Amino acid sequence: MGEPRLIEISPVTRVEGHGKVTIHLNGNNEVDEARLHIVEFRGFERFIRGRLLWEVPVIVQRLCGICPVSHHLAAAKAMDVIIGVDELPPTAEKMRRLMHYGQVMQSHVLHFFHLAAPDLLFGFGAPAEQRNIFEVLKEQPELGRRAILMRKFGQDIIEATAGKKIHGTGAVPGGINRNLPIERRDAFLGVIDEMEEWADAALALARDYTLQHAMLVEGFASFPSNYMSLVRKTDGALDLYHGDLRAVTAAGMPIFDRLDYSRYHDVLVEDVRSWSYMKFPFIKDLGPASGWYRVGPLARMDTVDFIGTPKANAARNELMAVTKGAPNNSILVNHWARMIEVLHCIEMIRDLLHDPDLQGTELRATGERREEGVGVIEAPRGNLIHHYCVDERDQVTYCNLIVSTTHNNEGMNKAVKDVAVQHLSGQAQITEGMLNHVEVAIRAYDPCLSCATHALGQMPLQVELFDAAGGLLDRRSSAT
Amino acid sequence: MSGFTFTIDGTEIAAEDGQTIMEAADAAGVYIPRLCDHEGLRHQGGCRVCTVKAGGRSVAACTQPAAPGQTVESETPHITKLRRDLVEMLFHEGNHLCPICEASGNCELQAMAYRLNMTAPTKFPYLEPCRAVDASHPDIALDTNRCISCGRCIRASLDVDGKSVFGYVGRGIHRRVAVNGSDLAHTDAAITDHAVSADVCPVGCIIRKRTGFTTPIGEREFDHGLIGRKIEEKRRG
Ligand code: SF4
Ligand code: SF4
Ligand code: FES
Repeated sequence: MGEPRLIEISPVTRVEGHGKVTIHLNGNNEVDEARLHIVEFRGFERFIRGRLLWEVPVIVQRLCGICPVSHHLAAAKAMDVIIGVDELPPTAEKMRRLMHYGQVMQSHVLHFFHLAAPDLLFGFGAPAEQRNIFEVLKEQPELGRRAILMRKFGQDIIEATAGKKIHGTGAVPGGINRNLPIERRDAFLGVIDEMEEWADAALALARDYTLQHAMLVEGFASFPSNYMSLVRKTDGALDLYHGDLRAVTAAGMPIFDRLDYSRYHDVLVEDVRSWSYMKFPFIKDLGPASGWYRVGPLARMDTVDFIGTPKANAARNELMAVTKGAPNNSILVNHWARMIEVLHCIEMIRDLLHDPDLQGTELRATGERREEGVGVIEAPRGNLIHHYCVDERDQVTYCNLIVSTTHNNEGMNKAVKDVAVQHLSGQAQITEGMLNHVEVAIRAYDPCLSCATHALGQMPLQVELFDAAGGLLDRRSSAT
Repeated sequence: MSGFTFTIDGTEIAAEDGQTIMEAADAAGVYIPRLCDHEGLRHQGGCRVCTVKAGGRSVAACTQPAAPGQTVESETPHITKLRRDLVEMLFHEGNHLCPICEASGNCELQAMAYRLNMTAPTKFPYLEPCRAVDASHPDIALDTNRCISCGRCIRASLDVDGKSVFGYVGRGIHRRVAVNGSDLAHTDAAITDHAVSADVCPVGCIIRKRTGFTTPIGEREFDHGLIGRKIEEKRRG
């Protein structure tokens, strides 16, 4: 390990991963403005132009090292539309779903155990030396072991469906390039009971934490907002792979529902602000001031009617009971929601493994070429939109991506300000513990910032404190 | 036809009159790395990846005739380094982003880099060409940023297909492969041409449309082993 160093955060071309918080104080040292700046990957939208359509799912997954499968599948779904395929052969759709559930599960497990658990186990203000996965392993070795093996299970599923654990090539326009060999299926079935048992335990842990810390959870960067996610076309159930768009208000009232996602532009507008590289989307009808919304695991719990797998559905009912069925606005409840989804993924994976379609040999379909295609998926961190136009030469001419972290931009900024006001207002010095409160708020959204975490449990996040005259009072970098 | 023997790295190789060092070596199950030479096509002797030392002189094994009693060095540390440098220069000359390239796993350049233990190409400056992809043809596309100027497509088009779809233009460092028309759609190229078959272009420059990434990882040519292994298997029996 090298010497501690300050991470310089500047708007460079890195994918996700880099964040900076700036906090402006007024004459009384009170927080005037607090912002999270994220350097985004708009470059992809530009340099994908001119590339060939079947390359796109493989290229754009490089946006991310934690949830590449989401980008891979969202792009493949858009390309299905472009090559004129509205319905995949069952083997293709089910292999893709399997890949996706493996992905969501491993990403949530990574976030909960490796990134969030240190905060939850040791407290937000605990010494930095303690807030890492190694301390979790020391304190709770069995928990740590399960975290690693559950993540491995998800990654093995990805490997079996995409050829590699990270950045594989499974989905191709119109289908998939492989089916699931019986030996692989049986190996997964051999451990699925154990995975379910561990998912139950992780869920109980997240639920108990939330219920036991109700005061903290309700008070911490908790505020009402609109929510958006895909819901299953037929019945409004949770569907992480496919569906229609639905948005609800903080009170649970519908804003739009059963909207074909290819029409996302009819309901969403992407706002630009001079100080951030990331756009601020909002719901058109509600306007920028009140039209912002959140996506992600908790947003999904808040928008769907139910979950189609029994255990996860029962768990969701328990979560929704806390707010008597109304949307839950407490950002820390995301951890609970995430573990419900882990259980849902395991239930779905089990069902899929028993489905003989996974051994089918019809892998791809073709159709009549179209010029434009939208692919939307519920990624671990929330709704993900990919939109492309492709010319008659098969070359991309237009690309627009709205990733989960972008949907949550306003929400994260509000959370940062909330926490800054609560914990930093009136202080001329920032302690590491205070800084971590800001991080906890951001981390609860599980933004893809965490991609760039070079030391477990830490983000290359920098907080700067300015006085009323704009002078820099103090600077703290969480990265060492 | 009369036969004779010579040695490669101390192994005795039987040869016939008129055979090149590489042809005799292939028949004996001794693999000499190569990129521009290809079965069924005229020898070109362009890439120099097949460089060996015969009687102390550096020669291209794909064009140099074998000679009785000759002592040939091939896999010495010096020659291997030379070959690796040549391959590395090819990476610097084009834009080789293997992780997103549909030739990955089937690409001879990539496979050669693996065989020669090339790690990241860092020695030389990148030329970073910026050539537009020619996707004008309904079934074929060209990404010449990946072309290594091996000339295999040129020889295949001329000698096998009886066409001249591909040819060299420019001189020296500016020499590169171009098509015989304003773009590929304005040539007589057809998907059935040998020149555009999956076999001829060693890299991901000539692209057969709509086939990319359909072979799963694990089933691609070089997922099964190193380049040259098929020749070497002959020797092991
Ligand atoms: S042509 Fe070969 S070496 Fe070049 S990017 Fe493609 S796979 Fe890599
Ligand atoms: S297009 Fe392919 S076959 Fe032709 S010269 Fe370039 S690399 Fe060789
Ligand atoms: S293979 Fe001999 S020079 Fe290219």
